[in-house]
Amino acid sequence: MEIIVCAKYALDVAEIKIDPSGKPLLDGVPRRISDIDKNAMEAAINLKEKHGGTIKAICFGPASAKEGLKELLAMGADEAYLVEDPSAGMLDTAATVEALAVAIRKTGSFNLILCGEATTDGYTGQVGPRLAGKLGIPQITYARNLNVEGNSVIAERDLEDVYETVKAPMPVLVSVTREINIPRIPSLMAILKASKKPLTLWRLEDLGLSKEKLEQVSTLQTVDLQGFAVERKRVVIKDKPVEEAVQELISHLLKEKALGV
Amino acid sequence: MAEEYKGIMAYSEDKDTLLELLSKGRELADQLQVGVSAVLLGEKVEADIGQLASYGADKVYVVENPQLKDLLVEAYADALYAVLSQAKPETFLIGATKRGKELAPRVAEKLGVGCVAECVGLEVDVRKRELRMKRIVFGGKVSSTHIVTSKPVMATIPPRMFERKRVEGRTAETIKVEVKVSPPKAEIVEAKPKEMVGIRIEEAPIVICGGRGLKQKEDFRLLEELAEILGGQVGYTRPVAADRGWFPEWVGLSGKKIQPSLYIAVGISGAIQHVAGIRGSKIVVSINKDPEAPIFEDSDYGVVGDLYKVVPALTEALRKIKK
Repeated sequence: MEIIVCAKYALDVAEIKIDPSGKPLLDGVPRRISDIDKNAMEAAINLKEKHGGTIKAICFGPASAKEGLKELLAMGADEAYLVEDPSAGMLDTAATVEALAVAIRKTGSFNLILCGEATTDGYTGQVGPRLAGKLGIPQITYARNLNVEGNSVIAERDLEDVYETVKAPMPVLVSVTREINIPRIPSLMAILKASKKPLTLWRLEDLGLSKEKLEQVSTLQTVDLQGFAVERKRVVIKDKPVEEAVQELISHLLKEKALGV
Repeated sequence: MAEEYKGIMAYSEDKDTLLELLSKGRELADQLQVGVSAVLLGEKVEADIGQLASYGADKVYVVENPQLKDLLVEAYADALYAVLSQAKPETFLIGATKRGKELAPRVAEKLGVGCVAECVGLEVDVRKRELRMKRIVFGGKVSSTHIVTSKPVMATIPPRMFERKRVEGRTAETIKVEVKVSPPKAEIVEAKPKEMVGIRIEEAPIVICGGRGLKQKEDFRLLEELAEILGGQVGYTRPVAADRGWFPEWVGLSGKKIQPSLYIAVGISGAIQHVAGIRGSKIVVSINKDPEAPIFEDSDYGVVGDLYKVVPALTEALRKIKK
């Protein structure tokens, strides 16, 4: 089985600081493979262990994304491909999908594309469905488990009010939830071995693409970014007996008229 | 070119969400002096057109097709694509249920347009004829504002984000649309409804939410008792709801976004993904035994202590007051 894992080298949101004027400071924020894409990688490894095949990890990202792909190789990808361009991340999901789709076609045939339900930084959840649409294949999103039977994929989706089991013939794209598995942490041995696995770098022109072409596709523009000011009172009651602490809390809440009395 | 796209169109498979989108659409359309339309899709559509009109729709596009029997995204994307190609709205709003969130980008890709995911604010710049759409990014730390230069401008909007506004005396025209829908390759083989309890958490005035500090499912009874005294509802974090599989839904960036007048976080550390779901709460209270828990930074009032002692004591003290 040929499996493709799409991964984003996302901004580490825990490291984003907001300056006093309320603007987020994004320069120099470290990046990492988006958490849920690692769940997708782990799902790919589990399927490969059962059914055989190869796993290709693909990323559209800046040059530094090589480091993230090395991590996916250490986890268990057989090959990795980086479509490298500094514009990645500045463009919208339509442009990302344009780049990923061309790269995927160039890597050859596939049975299954896996990705996370959304990325931890932008959290649009759009790349998976757009990519499936672009490639003209079915999609199963929010999968909390995933099995292959014959030429079909069967996955259970976690929707708001229902668990829905969907079956679709391959090729198919599946987006997974965090709950599907616990991504492995590669051993030192695996990390050393991974350095010998193939990691291919493509520039946009290698794929017949250009920055201009992607900018044309990318019609969603960001006009403002504003950090949330936390305007909480931050009154902390501690080192007091429980009854006393509770009374103090209640008197605050009564003053706020928060208890409906 | 741009002139041929006109009006605001709304779709959601969830009826209440559709009414909310129509109400918001009506508000924007009145500023732009354009019309509002709704889309209904299904194998057979039985809808109260009068109700859709009273929440803002001037036109209702109805698509009936045997391929739309099950809510399968491939077929629904085909049908919406056909409606949009015919009706050419300037703006298209889709309810950001999970089904809507996977449908919108698939439709956007077919149309070759941009789509803003999960908007929490929509404003129109009448002079520029531009829709400014706000969403939350970077784990809930940052609000970003977007415009889309392709048409139709697409956006998904979470349920319960905007209010329903009913106006009497409005009517809507029904337009039947014949579309060709290819049979979807995917099929639904089983659907297990989740056991839902109480009123919708987005509508609860007071929410008591439990996290990993609660050691077992049964312990949420402590929260239920507190909720009962306060007239509130119990909510859950993603780790206890989805990871431990104890409850059907959760509060946070990837789940329900709530804005109650009082929010009480019990045994919740305060990961930014969770806090992103409670930003709009008027008063935030937290109870946690770890004085270093980040939730205290995002709280108005915090009690450092063992939830197994603090929560029952709080319930008991409130019981006395309420009497």
